[in-house]
Amino acid sequence: MPRARPRLSVPSVSSDPRARVSITVNGEQVEREVSVRLLLSDFLRHELRLTGTHVGCEHGVCGACTVLIDGKAGRSCLTFAVQASGHEVRTIESLAGEDGSLHPIQEAFRECHALQCGYCTPGMIMNILGLFESEEKLDLSDEGIRLALSGNLCRCTGYQNIVAAVRKAAEAMPAG
Amino acid sequence: MSTRAFGSRIRRTIDPALLRGEGAFVDDIPLANPLHAAFVRSPYARARILSIDVAAARAHPGVVAVYTGEDIGVLDREMPLLIPHSSMRDARTQRPLAKGDVYYVGQTIVMVVAVDRYTAEDAAALVEVEYEPRPVAVDIEEAVKPGAPLVHDTHPGNVAAYFVQVSGKPDEAIPEAEHVTKIKVRVERSTAAPMECRAVAAQFDPVTGELTVWDGTQAPISVRGGLASIFNLDEDKVRVIAPNVGGGFGQKVLLFYPDELLVPMAAMQLGRPVKYIEDRRENFIGSSQERAQVHAIELYAKKTGEVIALRDSFLHDTGAFIPYGIAVAQVASTSIAGPYRIPNIWVEFTAVYTPTVPVTPYRGCGRPQSCFAIERAMDQLAEELGLDRFEVRRRNLIAEDQFPWTREGLLFADGLRVSLDSGQYQKALDMVSEKLAPKDFAAEQAKARAAGRYLGLGLAFYVEGTGLGPYEGGHIKVHPITGKVYVNTGLTTQGQGHETVFAQIVADQLGVAVEDVILVEGDTRAFDWGVATFASRAATVSGNAIHKAALLVRKQIIHAAANMLEASEDDIELRDGAAWIRGTDRRAPLAAIATATNPLRYAFNEAAKAATQFAPASRHDGPPLDEGQHPGLEATDYYSPACATWAYGVHGAIVEVDPDLCDVKIRKYVCIHDCGNMINPTLVEGQVMGGIAQGLGGAMYERIEYDREGNPQNANFVDFLVPYATEVPNVEVLHLETPSPLNPLGVKGVGEAGCIAVGAVIASGIEDALAPLGAGKFRQTPITPSMIHAALEGADGR
Repeated sequence: MPRARPRLSVPSVSSDPRARVSITVNGEQVEREVSVRLLLSDFLRHELRLTGTHVGCEHGVCGACTVLIDGKAGRSCLTFAVQASGHEVRTIESLAGEDGSLHPIQEAFRECHALQCGYCTPGMIMNILGLFESEEKLDLSDEGIRLALSGNLCRCTGYQNIVAAVRKAAEAMPAG
Repeated sequence: MSTRAFGSRIRRTIDPALLRGEGAFVDDIPLANPLHAAFVRSPYARARILSIDVAAARAHPGVVAVYTGEDIGVLDREMPLLIPHSSMRDARTQRPLAKGDVYYVGQTIVMVVAVDRYTAEDAAALVEVEYEPRPVAVDIEEAVKPGAPLVHDTHPGNVAAYFVQVSGKPDEAIPEAEHVTKIKVRVERSTAAPMECRAVAAQFDPVTGELTVWDGTQAPISVRGGLASIFNLDEDKVRVIAPNVGGGFGQKVLLFYPDELLVPMAAMQLGRPVKYIEDRRENFIGSSQERAQVHAIELYAKKTGEVIALRDSFLHDTGAFIPYGIAVAQVASTSIAGPYRIPNIWVEFTAVYTPTVPVTPYRGCGRPQSCFAIERAMDQLAEELGLDRFEVRRRNLIAEDQFPWTREGLLFADGLRVSLDSGQYQKALDMVSEKLAPKDFAAEQAKARAAGRYLGLGLAFYVEGTGLGPYEGGHIKVHPITGKVYVNTGLTTQGQGHETVFAQIVADQLGVAVEDVILVEGDTRAFDWGVATFASRAATVSGNAIHKAALLVRKQIIHAAANMLEASEDDIELRDGAAWIRGTDRRAPLAAIATATNPLRYAFNEAAKAATQFAPASRHDGPPLDEGQHPGLEATDYYSPACATWAYGVHGAIVEVDPDLCDVKIRKYVCIHDCGNMINPTLVEGQVMGGIAQGLGGAMYERIEYDREGNPQNANFVDFLVPYATEVPNVEVLHLETPSPLNPLGVKGVGEAGCIAVGAVIASGIEDALAPLGAGKFRQTPITPSMIHAALEGADGR
């Protein structure tokens, strides 16, 4: 196909109103001017290039985009970046050590073959991390773990190995 | 190596990166200032387009370009029919952007390119399209009725294809039957719903003239070939990369989706990277679906239960177009006799156009439907003859000494013969029987019934032709500096674990650690001969190709090492990343051998220094490279199967049905399966368990609901019920390993296995549980609470 000559004047911004946000992400404070309707998921992924947070449905059902907002699991696809301004956000990128060493939850997922395509995994892990770090005591029965996972869809594994991984991680994590 | 990697439960090498959030899916690839595409899609199942007005969209701030079918040059054509077949006449495929008519809700009409996705979607909403809606028949059984509204005026009766296959002499056998069982079954429309929707990004480099496309596809090499053909570019100037892909399950093997052509076009025209990231609703209305079939199956049997002939006539819903040909229906028709001898088969299908999302293979590809038909029919036959469900199967299973069991006359989806090559079917049935202990269960069931609880036993067998041709290749190169082994094949992975199992195959042959074998695939620049990942074929076809290439490299290493160590080739063993003289501590590291086999002028590194301590790797006179010799340790080989190799398995379950809530609980689920030699049992179990969960979705929850006008009613994850962890039971997976006699590794595919039998198992179990209430038969999936309620409404036992 013959190529058109590249266009010299291509618009670079939309006409969206913009606002300044200041969000603490993985312990570091970041400030940006963003469209007021920019989703937190897009902010993390495309403004900050923290692409470990995945987007699976954009309507809050699949849980792939789960991050911790002020320590609690939240859907970054249902949150505007401006809503997160002044708050603390943690993403999957904060879990491993600087040398790449895996967090106990990540290690347990690996040991138990609890991931295949890995797309739902970061959201799954952030949800579990939120539960582990909460005051509530986690019910580690099969039923209890399955209930804890019931906000995260996985299409690859059939969940059984994820249940095992959560139990293994709970055993490996320091109490509290 | 002291232990074999092949067959070991080795952890996946890809996991650390994925777990740290370092995966690189299409939308994660950093592109400089990308533009974003969004589509205007048809809100009508069938309509004539009267006018399209894009003026407001073009004028919208932030919009870069708006394309209708008039603006896309060579792309304004019907897209390729991938697999032609004589049963189709004038097979219809869609245009990237609709022109004149639209044929399903979701069909793309206009593409908007803007500075971001938000703006592109806003502008798409500003496009005004005037439609003249036309009448529709959405259901397949309605669509084939005389006078039904047509999807394509060119295809009377909405018939896309008609095909009959015959094996044996059914006409002669049928009059010999002493009993006939006839049932009709129906499996509903579903969708793969991978967690990552489809995605494509493209960048054109005006300096090199290269087009790079990142595509969440299962078939990068085929996409490359198609793009080069359609855009009339040299293949060498088109690079297609399938990076990490978040599940595919067949949906991503179709090419081309409109965006796969339009996004590269826009990138070339606009001089900027362009991406299209499908959202979940678009995945439900724009990406392929599968499953809807209605089978009328007849078993012709002796009083003993031995089935001597089978007739099956089915309708296959192909949606509005048939880009993938008849593959799904053909797989269903050739799998219809399951694991049973049934020597006489007559099977016909009609592929039917309906004004819905086009149908192409989804994990299982016709097998769940044919399994549901034959297994429900076997249960019915057992009931009619007063036989136990295990027993009727036992009397029909192909025995171990009867393999290969060839169904002469049937041709599989690859055009090759249907020959079930090996298995231990009776043993598999015995194993599931031992696990479910049907006699003990009968007592437990009776006791539960007395207490007002309804337990049922479900049972179903499946077979799966796997590892389809035509071929795949493997390329192996030992890196001279690190001694690491690089492996390439033409496939791509969507999470199956290719990087680990292919490394296991190579590690054994070359005596290196699995983590030192690095697979690079899914990139046409890495290796560009091959087909795609589909039909449970990766381990079988690429696995054997890589194995063959590894044998060649092994030979090269041993030859060079024998020269370097001044020993006989017979005394060389490969282990721990080195070649050793057996029984001594004399060894040459693999990196040094790779370096020594490359007559190089410079010594950059330790491996090169080490290489100088040995005798030359090659003994010949003349120039450094002998005639016909190549530098380094490197080989390529291919594997092309003569026909599919058949895996199989049997599933059993104990279910409990609450007749008041019409709720089904799975108390126990057992899967016996056999995929030949297992490369990595942990990964095999992962495939099987994931398949079962997906099968369970189809058995109990997942159905694409269209209203009478063809509007999808549940195009989201709230209403289309993909099972969560709370819906999927623990599954006990037991292995049998009957090596495939058809390939060097003795492997068979396992990717689709898990999902095939689940619908039949659940229906069988629910029917058994509710039989005392007179609830009747369950011959349709998914089995919803409403269906159970309806079945109990008319029942006399309540």
